[in-house]
Amino acid sequence: MRVRGKAVIYGDNIDTDVIIPGRYLVLQDPGELAKHAMEGVDPSFPEKAKGGVILVAGKNFGCGSSREEAPVALKHANVRCVIAKSFARIFYRNAINIGLPILEADLRGFASEGDELEVNVISGVIENETKGKQVKAKPLPPLAIEIVKAGGLTKYVRKKLGLE
Amino acid sequence: MNIVEKILARAAGEKEVSPGQIVDARVDRAMMHDLTGPRVIDSFKEIGVDRVWDPSKLIVVFDHDVPPSTVKAAELQKKVRSFVREQGVKHFYDVGRGGICHVVMLEKGHVKPGELIIGADSHTVTYGALGAFATGVGATDMAAALATGSIWLRVPEALRFEVGGSLQKHVYAKDLILHIIGMIGSDGATYKAMIFSGKAVGELSIDGRATLCNMSIEAGAKAGIVEPDEKTIEYVRERAGDPINPIRSDEDASFSKTFEIDASKLEPQVALPPSVDKVKPISEIGEVEIDQGFIGTCTNGRLDDLRAAAEILRGRKVKDGVRLVIIPGSQEVYRKALQEGLISIFVEAGAIVGGPGCGPCIGISRGVLADEEVCISSANRNFVGRMGSPKAKIYLASPATVAASAIKGRITDPREVAEE
Repeated sequence: MRVRGKAVIYGDNIDTDVIIPGRYLVLQDPGELAKHAMEGVDPSFPEKAKGGVILVAGKNFGCGSSREEAPVALKHANVRCVIAKSFARIFYRNAINIGLPILEADLRGFASEGDELEVNVISGVIENETKGKQVKAKPLPPLAIEIVKAGGLTKYVRKKLGLE
Repeated sequence: MNIVEKILARAAGEKEVSPGQIVDARVDRAMMHDLTGPRVIDSFKEIGVDRVWDPSKLIVVFDHDVPPSTVKAAELQKKVRSFVREQGVKHFYDVGRGGICHVVMLEKGHVKPGELIIGADSHTVTYGALGAFATGVGATDMAAALATGSIWLRVPEALRFEVGGSLQKHVYAKDLILHIIGMIGSDGATYKAMIFSGKAVGELSIDGRATLCNMSIEAGAKAGIVEPDEKTIEYVRERAGDPINPIRSDEDASFSKTFEIDASKLEPQVALPPSVDKVKPISEIGEVEIDQGFIGTCTNGRLDDLRAAAEILRGRKVKDGVRLVIIPGSQEVYRKALQEGLISIFVEAGAIVGGPGCGPCIGISRGVLADEEVCISSANRNFVGRMGSPKAKIYLASPATVAASAIKGRITDPREVAEE
């Protein structure tokens, strides 16, 4: 599973209220949510992300609420993969469950804003094509890989229950 | 094993579990509310199972936007209501019947020590106040649990907080947990459980313990939990009834780290915007003028919290130019606050009192903030845009500190007002 896009870089502790503010949660529709993705920190993000991006961040990405709308908004704003130094645990599970690729790696010094990145979601290999460098992220846990391969948790559960 | 390992071992049907192990655990109870419910229902339908695994174990509470402030919110609540009917969910708290989910869950007897509870809300960790392992999950995780009755969990490492001494007057569980989060950071307990023990924790009421566990998520914790004691049993017996099978850490239990804290040295604490771990003792805050105070939420909207606020507000007035919003955490808290005369004290002080619910904490309605406004709140999060405008600033403190600040118009130590 490979994904690619330009790097868009943010700092530490990007919380779920910044990713998708509470007042938009009633919107429900993924496309509508995507219009407000990252609004708290960068209102120009949906425009930046149009061609598909790799979102790079520091520690504790997605801290705060359990709102699944956070990874949903990012996914539908054309975020191909989120790579952060560390993640808050509910966001981490939610991203895997809805099929937004997510990897743990500290990319400070490895990628600059706008660099073209290619990511192998399963092996964790991250290629910076602009700088000609390569780095390996912490691999996903085996169960997470199974869920990602199934296309998200609902499909994974359908298979497990013999509904697919 | 420690309390967390013992609860997860029981729920997973294993003799023993250890940190890092992935277990498939049976869920004792599940909770969702008006804002997360709709997406849970969509995912549940996508899985394609007809019935919730055990409708008697699902609790549904409307609290995030009650009564609904927009047509869209009303539509979503209608959708959840219809799911509740279709699935035969008995424990449903509609508008005006319950209050904030995390207040209702404890007071209506939906939490027992030793249980594994999941909720489609990050503050589900609150139920650790009664010695349950409770954790917040997203909508799809919840839908999968509703379909199967189980959830995969990684057994977390445990941080123990041994809190000795006694809290001083006008210093509360809120000050203690803010101090702890300031100490370990907003990711200091990520993927881990926080276990609270010691004399000061034993002395806390169940309301205070709820405040403590509620904010463990602000340090990234998977769960916060207080070792159950006589107070726990008494509270649960009154509300949930028998059988009660408390689980406690073994004598020889191990913890990945133990922190020792002397509660008697704590003064009121304040978290500065925009991060919950930017915590300072109130004596170091300096002059901060406020536009709004807010008392309520799943952190501090319980009866003890309203009593503490009333003690400060009794016979005093909210300063001109400042708004004080007070929202009781539940119908039961509201009723008792009425009986005790607390609501009269608030109204006479010039506060506006709202019906039970989450209020402006989530930034949807009933007290959202304008650009450049400053609010001191008894809630749990001060993130950018949390209560409305991304240009507003939110400080977090105990209800007594919020009340004192509303009287003075600037962030104020409640002891300063109480001693006047």
